Amino acid sequence: MTTNLDLNSIALRLKEQYGQVVFAEPDYLEVTAGALPHIAGYLKNTPGLDFDFLDMVTAADYTDRFELIYRLVSIKNNTVIALKVKCGRDRAEIPSLAGLWKGAQNQEREIYDLFGISFTGHPDMRRIVLWEGYEGHPLRKDFKEKAYDAGN
Amino acid sequence: MEIERNPLTPASEIDLREGRGIESLRAASQHAIPDPEAWMNEEIKRNLLFTTVDGALNWARKSSLWPVTAFTACCTFEFIGASSPRFDIARFGMEVLRASPRQADLLVCAGTLSWKMAPQIKRLYEQMAEPKWVVAMGACAISGGIFHDSYAVVPGYNRLVPVDVYIPGCPPRPEALLAGFETLRKKIAKDSITRPRA
Repeated sequence: MTTNLDLNSIALRLKEQYGQVVFAEPDYLEVTAGALPHIAGYLKNTPGLDFDFLDMVTAADYTDRFELIYRLVSIKNNTVIALKVKCGRDRAEIPSLAGLWKGAQNQEREIYDLFGISFTGHPDMRRIVLWEGYEGHPLRKDFKEKAYDAGN
Repeated sequence: MEIERNPLTPASEIDLREGRGIESLRAASQHAIPDPEAWMNEEIKRNLLFTTVDGALNWARKSSLWPVTAFTACCTFEFIGASSPRFDIARFGMEVLRASPRQADLLVCAGTLSWKMAPQIKRLYEQMAEPKWVVAMGACAISGGIFHDSYAVVPGYNRLVPVDVYIPGCPPRPEALLAGFETLRKKIAKDSITRPRA
């Protein structure tokens, strides 16, 4: 029988371990960019937590900042949590989690492609959807498409 | 010695009808049919048909439009519907979907085309042998459709290849596709070998 982990208890354990880098919100945990690899590794490798599956990585542009959202699944404990990381819009950089979950690799490339957030420590940081030589990152809110600005 | 038989089942009407059919065919087929050369009417053998080179060529071309298997998005399924027995483009000699552009003469542009895929489609068109025709199927192929201002989508196939017939719809139903192909056939029938295709 599986047991569900409680988000608050996970937050408490992380706070004990890492102090003020973890902010517990009602529905998700927010961590700082610098602490992300350590906390993700802790969530993955700690017995009793076992978040061994990275369901999804995505990003959102709030015009003054980016937010990255990681959806982690602990199959053993039948629990899903969301990790959020804030990231500045100038020189946007986030540590890559591709070393922990290989599945992050392509999704981080896609985020780089569409948002222009580069992932430090990623083994293959280049565009994935758009072509080499494309200017700009289309899912940024301030993105303008030159070809269509004039008429349409 | 008397052989004991089980009582026979009375023959059913179907069996009786079959038996009568076989018997009558057998009765009518007692002699070999001679070589047609021996009995075919002399006038039929020497029959002549008068037409123009254009007429004969265009008739052949419009009656055997072979589409290349290059479909980019969801309109494809309406094309598959049109090519399956219910709508049956085989009636017009179009059912031979070629996997090689060198054997095809019709490019059916079915669906949204991204700029990343565009060089491949252009290359396929260039690999097709003349004469060749292009049908833009659906809103995306005509103008990019709802993606017309997207950073990733080609706003209409006519930016890449010359389009002969536009079939509107999102997606067009197989009937619309058949009507479009009919329009294309009418267009082909007006072609002439003395007038090079633009």
